Amino acid sequence: MMKRKARQSKNKARNAFSDKSQTYLHIHAHALFSSLGRIVKNTFTSVMTMLVMAIAISLASGFYLLIDNMQQLTGDIESTNKISLFLKPNVSDKSGRTLAEKIRQNKAVDKVVLITKKQALKEFKEYSGFGEALNVLEVNPLPTVIQVLPKNTLDDLQAIESLMMEFKHFNQVDFAQLDMQWVRRLQTMMQIMQRGVLILTLLLGFAVLLITGNTIRLELQNRRDEVLVAKLVGATYSFIQRPFLYTGFWLGFLSGIIAWLLVSIIMLLLQSPIEELSLLNGRAFELSYFGFFDIISLLSITSFLGVLGAWIVLYYQLQEIKPK
Amino acid sequence: MLKFDHVSKRYPEGSDVLLNVSFHLKRGEMAFLTGHSGAGKSTLLKLIAMMEFCSRGCILLGGQNLNKVTEREIPYIRRKLGLIFQDNKLLYDRTVFDNVALPLIVSGYGYKEIGRRVRASLDKVGLLGKEKKYPLTLSGGEQQRVGIARAVINKPEIILADEPTGNLDPELSAEVMHLFEQFQNVGVTVLIASHDANLLKRMGHRILTLDHGQLKVG
Ligand SMILES: Nc1ncnc2c1ncn2[C@@H]1O[C@H](COP(=O)(O)OP(=O)(O)OP(=O)(O)O)[C@@H](O)[C@H]1O
Ligand SMILES: [Mg+2]
Repeated sequence: MMKRKARQSKNKARNAFSDKSQTYLHIHAHALFSSLGRIVKNTFTSVMTMLVMAIAISLASGFYLLIDNMQQLTGDIESTNKISLFLKPNVSDKSGRTLAEKIRQNKAVDKVVLITKKQALKEFKEYSGFGEALNVLEVNPLPTVIQVLPKNTLDDLQAIESLMMEFKHFNQVDFAQLDMQWVRRLQTMMQIMQRGVLILTLLLGFAVLLITGNTIRLELQNRRDEVLVAKLVGATYSFIQRPFLYTGFWLGFLSGIIAWLLVSIIMLLLQSPIEELSLLNGRAFELSYFGFFDIISLLSITSFLGVLGAWIVLYYQLQEIKPK
Repeated sequence: MLKFDHVSKRYPEGSDVLLNVSFHLKRGEMAFLTGHSGAGKSTLLKLIAMMEFCSRGCILLGGQNLNKVTEREIPYIRRKLGLIFQDNKLLYDRTVFDNVALPLIVSGYGYKEIGRRVRASLDKVGLLGKEKKYPLTLSGGEQQRVGIARAVINKPEIILADEPTGNLDPELSAEVMHLFEQFQNVGVTVLIASHDANLLKRMGHRILTLDHGQLKVG
């Protein structure tokens, strides 16, 4: 008899517990979706807000994508940091060939291409469009050129430079030139741009934070009575702030998605001109889009910014709603 | 249960609204708070609900000094109070059900429990069947009773009512007062601000009279 009663009360307690915990989850889900519902209900304002946020986000992420693509492009160039050795005018083709063979023996060298005076002239005539004019010249003004491609292991600029110095001392060589100079300049420019984009991203992230903050502030003003009454019947701070944090989350998340769409559209528009450009360069260039991880991190960051913006505003504004 | 010890209250702008008020309500006691308009009745109730804090003296609620309560503790203390406001403070974009259920939702009750208790509470104030209505579609007296239903749903230890019968006809007033007496009978402390002199006399409970912020003896 006693036992049964105990079991009954235990069951009752368990039922009450599961009722409670289910309700707890339910309240969270409800807050999550009712805040989404509220966003949908105020379509015009929400869409405006989210578009503004999305534009800021797509600017930042678009620049990242741009840098990413440019890095890939310069990456291609980097692997062709070749040394050009211009031979003295009086060096014969045969002597040039011997030198090229000698250089080929060097362990640090991957590939050697000899361009004789004749070949150079022919190529020049073909590509420059000065063909007729050059026919007038009696002597071939172009030197023999040996193009040296160092092994990939020579990523180190200094190693390449010392290799070049070595070649410079051959007495057939008039002067040596490293095609890296401008690559280096490009890389420096890329670094500057990268830093610029970082600063821009921080600013735009701050803008997103402010926009969510302001939206939440307005929302809080509209629901002031609700907050007040909830406080008076014993709502805790976390209970009151929860729906607003969810609103911040949705704002960030949805504008992240819109930004992703925006950037994708822009990339699609840019794709064909870039493809043309890369064909002109004689180099197949694959435009890189957002990968799966990029999208995940983009959405996480924007959602986080939304929640953070809401949180900061709530921290200051909820205290202003009296009573405590 | 509730003890005022030389309590004074002054709003930032203006003079003392309450001056040197001292009294003691025992657990399960029912008392009326009366006085002219502007005497400080609402202010006194607000001090207990921690909507305001006293300038001097101290208030003990269930042995706890309200001046020393931290912000974190306030919600949990408020859950033991049943507050009825002079202006009802209903949420007009929520149904009667949601309004009455709010204290339970806030305290994390389960839905089955909430549904059961809301109906019981509405039944007590004679509003069963109006759960789905919105407060603005109800009469003033009905709205007031929604506020009462919300105040008693949490089985409070103490009920603080500010003019709970202001919009009710004598018959309904008597019913509501009877409801409060039922709560008193099960050990709930009740403090009601009212200037309905006839009603007060008829009820025969303890009467605290405020005059320009001072408690009159007698
Ligand atoms: N927030 C406030 N700031 C400044 N003064 C206030 C505030 N609230 C009330 N008062 C003043 O305190 C005095 C008492 O107000 P209270 O609302 O307590 O009176 P009451 O006894 O409830 O009157 P009534 O019967 O009309 O409701 C009034 O003179 C009022 O002007
Ligand atoms: Mg009043």
